[in-house]
Amino acid sequence: MTSTIDAGSRPGPGRRTARRRRAGLGDALTGYAFVTPQLLGSAFFVIGPLIAVVWYSLHDWNVLAGTFTFSGAENYERLLSDPSFVDSLQATGIFSAGLVVLNVSLALALAVMLNQRLPGTTTFRTFFFSPVVVSLVAWTIVWGFLLQADGGINGFLAELGVDGPNWLRREDTAMLSVVIVQVFKNVGLNMVLFLAALQGVPRELREAARVDGANAWRSFWKITMPLISPTILLVSILTIVGSLQVFAQIAVLTQGGPGTSTTVLVYYLYQQAFEFKEFGYASAVSVVLFLIVAVLTLVQWQTRKRWVFHEN
Amino acid sequence: MRTELASPPDDAATSGADADAGRSGERRRRRRPIGRIVLLVVMIVAAVPFVFPTWWMVTSSFKPMSEIMRLPPTLWPTSPTFDAYGQVFELQPFAQQYWNSLYIAAVVTVGTVLVSAMAGYAFARVRFPGVNVLFIVVLVGMLIPIEVTIVPLFRMVNALGLIDTHWPLIVIPIIGAPSVLATFIMRQFFLTLPAELEDAGKVDGLTRAGIFWRIAFPLARPATAAVAIFTFMQSWNMFLEPLVFLSSKENFTLPLALTQYVDAYGGPIWNVQLAATTLTVLPVLGVFVLAQRQFVEGLAQTGLKG
Repeated sequence: MTSTIDAGSRPGPGRRTARRRRAGLGDALTGYAFVTPQLLGSAFFVIGPLIAVVWYSLHDWNVLAGTFTFSGAENYERLLSDPSFVDSLQATGIFSAGLVVLNVSLALALAVMLNQRLPGTTTFRTFFFSPVVVSLVAWTIVWGFLLQADGGINGFLAELGVDGPNWLRREDTAMLSVVIVQVFKNVGLNMVLFLAALQGVPRELREAARVDGANAWRSFWKITMPLISPTILLVSILTIVGSLQVFAQIAVLTQGGPGTSTTVLVYYLYQQAFEFKEFGYASAVSVVLFLIVAVLTLVQWQTRKRWVFHEN
Repeated sequence: MRTELASPPDDAATSGADADAGRSGERRRRRRPIGRIVLLVVMIVAAVPFVFPTWWMVTSSFKPMSEIMRLPPTLWPTSPTFDAYGQVFELQPFAQQYWNSLYIAAVVTVGTVLVSAMAGYAFARVRFPGVNVLFIVVLVGMLIPIEVTIVPLFRMVNALGLIDTHWPLIVIPIIGAPSVLATFIMRQFFLTLPAELEDAGKVDGLTRAGIFWRIAFPLARPATAAVAIFTFMQSWNMFLEPLVFLSSKENFTLPLALTQYVDAYGGPIWNVQLAATTLTVLPVLGVFVLAQRQFVEGLAQTGLKG
């Protein structure tokens, strides 16, 4: 626009390009200035530490013993033969699988119910979403209180004549409890994403199905589900990536126990680094965590590119 | 999405009006009320695990220690007391910790909004050599959760002598990995900005920085609100970082402080812990109820755009 206005009053093309170049230079300088803080942060707090953690993982580094010697792949060999690391991978797998299944199915069910637009829907949406804004540690503390052997949940179960277990101190219920606490904490977020997807399903399609004699159940599976499946996939991957980072819940509810039944990857990493001061070994665990998260996130980006058409 | 949810359900208003409509309509209406009542009951039951913990937290915080584990459980404190609230402030410098969390979250929020708006704008609208490569470099931050780099970050903070200060809790989130998502959301927003607006600014003789400050940034309010809300919540909820970087109680932030109400054997002093938790949770819930739309949208962004 500027150049077309200028064109008439400008004597020669040489001056014009010079002027534009000057403006371009100013632009470029502003551009660099604007991205500098973020780039410094990336260099010092993201990429630098990432390189460092790979480097540390190749060292035998115990802060208490004061050792820091290059040891090659030793830490990684140790990982493979360390039963507690294998246990922590397994615990993480159980946690992630349990969480993604329960979270996604409950989120979808709640979204479908809210989408019926009954009176009071807004209130219920507020209820289902509210734990999302409660701080994770606070939510976990309250559930920890409820799940005590003589806590609220068992108190109410006793009223019904059921003898509830000591949820957080038994190997067979501890992980389930942690998963459930986490499901209710964040299911509201996925519910909202599903609700948006459901509302993107054209009404006419469902009405056409009804005219063709399909009942609500059938039209849900044949029409709604295929249309929202990209969202389901996306939400599932996001939930898995989030579940790999679970830490505070474990620290507050079970401290990794009983035994190592709830020692998930990040909790194991924390223990190795900040309880046993095994910085080198903990760094190897970090690298494994990074690889899992990075692969999943890249898969998620690819998925979005190919599948998601609700974005505007 | 919101408008549809907010609008009054039309079925409810009209259901009684045309009592003697056709037969099929009658049958449909006869079937539907039962379905709707069942659905309502299911929703009420489903709401229990979402609402009850908060209820239990608030009521238990007013119970004396003797009542808190009583069987059968009491839904309402029989002899309410403020004792636990007094102890919250006696056992720990709770007011100080509250302030720590508040001011850190506020500074991180303002800082992140500024940094991510500037970076997002530059990546979206300004053409300069290397812009794409630099953007990819920044995006790497989305692949790296803070847990992965916590060991080197600890070492760095330690080497700088900043352990047990609030610096790492402020600076790392503002320019490190946590702000990358904010930058990404800002960039997505600025990409949609019509070029004519900027051209108008150029005609008026504004520099690039001027265009950003006076035109683009003020227009970015929806994106800014989303970034502000999820950044605030992220900082307010931080747990691993304060656990690793802080050591003295007067420097603690709330999530860490909440876990410290324990007796000599490490067992939680429940009523005090729940009182402190109530003080932490209720203000946020209050703001959420008032600004629900912004919260839902802001937090959903972390899912959608991440």
